Amino acid sequence: MRAKKITPFLYIFPALAILLVFVYVPIILNFFWSLFQWNAYTPGMNWVGFDYYVRLFQDENFWVCLKNNTMYALISLVGQVAFGLVIAAILESQYMRSRSTFFRSLFFIPSIMSMTIIGLLFYLFYNPNVGPFNALVHMFTGMDTTNLDILGSPETAIYGVIAVSQWMWFGYMAMLLIIGIQKIPDELNEAAYIDGANQFQVFWNVTIPNIKEMILVDTIVCVVGSFKLFDEVYIMTKGGPGYSSEVLSGYIYKAAFRQDEMGYACTIAVVLFIITFLLSLLQMKVSNSGKE
Amino acid sequence: MKNTTWTAKLAHFFIWALLILLSISIIVPFYWMVVTGFKNNAELYNNSFGLPEVWQVKNYVTAWKVGVGRFLGNSLLVTVSSTVLTMAISSACAFGLSRFQFKGREALFILVLAGLLLAPQVAVVPLYRILSAFGIYNTYLAMIIPYVAFRIPFTVFLIRAYLLDFPKDIEEAAIIDGCSTFGIFIKITLPVSKPVLASAALLAVMNFWNEFMMAMIFTSDNNIRTIPLGLSTLKGTLSTDWGSLIAGLVIAAIPVVLLFVVFQKQFVRGMTAGGVKG
Repeated sequence: MRAKKITPFLYIFPALAILLVFVYVPIILNFFWSLFQWNAYTPGMNWVGFDYYVRLFQDENFWVCLKNNTMYALISLVGQVAFGLVIAAILESQYMRSRSTFFRSLFFIPSIMSMTIIGLLFYLFYNPNVGPFNALVHMFTGMDTTNLDILGSPETAIYGVIAVSQWMWFGYMAMLLIIGIQKIPDELNEAAYIDGANQFQVFWNVTIPNIKEMILVDTIVCVVGSFKLFDEVYIMTKGGPGYSSEVLSGYIYKAAFRQDEMGYACTIAVVLFIITFLLSLLQMKVSNSGKE
Repeated sequence: MKNTTWTAKLAHFFIWALLILLSISIIVPFYWMVVTGFKNNAELYNNSFGLPEVWQVKNYVTAWKVGVGRFLGNSLLVTVSSTVLTMAISSACAFGLSRFQFKGREALFILVLAGLLLAPQVAVVPLYRILSAFGIYNTYLAMIIPYVAFRIPFTVFLIRAYLLDFPKDIEEAAIIDGCSTFGIFIKITLPVSKPVLASAALLAVMNFWNEFMMAMIFTSDNNIRTIPLGLSTLKGTLSTDWGSLIAGLVIAAIPVVLLFVVFQKQFVRGMTAGGVKG
């Protein structure tokens, strides 16, 4: 389309201006402000250089957060991506295909709900006094659950939260993969069946290679999501007991708005930025090499 | 598959068992939520799974009165304004990036798209300061503006991809007829991109309606807070009135579920184009 030189920029400008002021500038400032000691309400900033970075790597709580995020990512790869793939394969198998609508929608529903609703629901569900969780565990395993408090014990709190996320997201992942599977041309499957392949072989040799990219997208979404994690943890445990279930973004919040150590919070945010950025980059490389 | 062998039967048995078990695991917590919303404390402790003896409708009244009504109104206001702004700004940007030839177009697109790699989590501290400096901390705008900003890259990406696949013939004919670019944008481009606009808007609505972290950090006054945040403060207000707290959760869940049931198709279509969680 031909128009005055300035015209296209008039359309692009509002988006760009908002992005610059409220996305790019904050990210850049975040780097810069991690080099200063400063507070929310007292004016002035004191240059501390890389002191906070040194402190961060000696900070036990930081390593706990990093460990929790990593556990979250690893478990989600199995519980969401791998399990989602199994569910997608089952729902799209010749036998289930025509009867899968109900399951597909049902499994998907938790993922559209607000994390607050799901988080509070399970906060109460797990609660040893009000919730039915302990009674259910007792019923099915016969375990003595009088002292079981999933979210209240440092050993189990983070796993209680992780479990809820698997429950919430596996259907979403399955749905993404199902849509990928449905895009595979029928001829490919038919050709394989004519060649004498069974369902399992077709899945392994036709379906998987054709949705490789979708699986990769799921993996990226899952891992990056595991490092951005905030709501789930904040609502169910507030990172507690102590720091046992804290994650990086929760620690940023705590450092900034509970302990008023703004510079230190920025330092943690820089690390979180680097992790999410590098992961995306790594995944992109993997996806390119996957094309052979 | 005419001769169903015993291995196939066994496989079918396990498939059904797994699917039914999963369905139960999803239904049970929701069932518990709905029935508990109608119980008083005594019943909640003694009869966790059964139906309530007396259906306590007053739980819903209590939940509504202590703030759920107010929070819903705030959510509606914030979600609608953020969505309208996001769609207007993003569709204009996508139009500029896909319908004009000019130097630096790719670079500008990458600049917009790179926003997809950045999460609000890594920018909350400076954002908090910037919003305070603009004097909008603890106002509706403190939610609306960051929501829009972080939603633009994805929305532009969706709309631009759609427009690039869409032939430009009608628009070019209109230019020859002397129509202004703005006229074309409003009268031709927007109407033809309705499907993608619907999907993008729906995803934006879900995202804004459920947002928690920024709403918590950038506001402090309960009167302007949205439903996700409001519910978490109810946990304190109704700390012993479990039934009412859960009734609040049910009220909050209803709009999203309804929206999903009505617009399932658009929702799934938008989701697959992006593969972005949350």
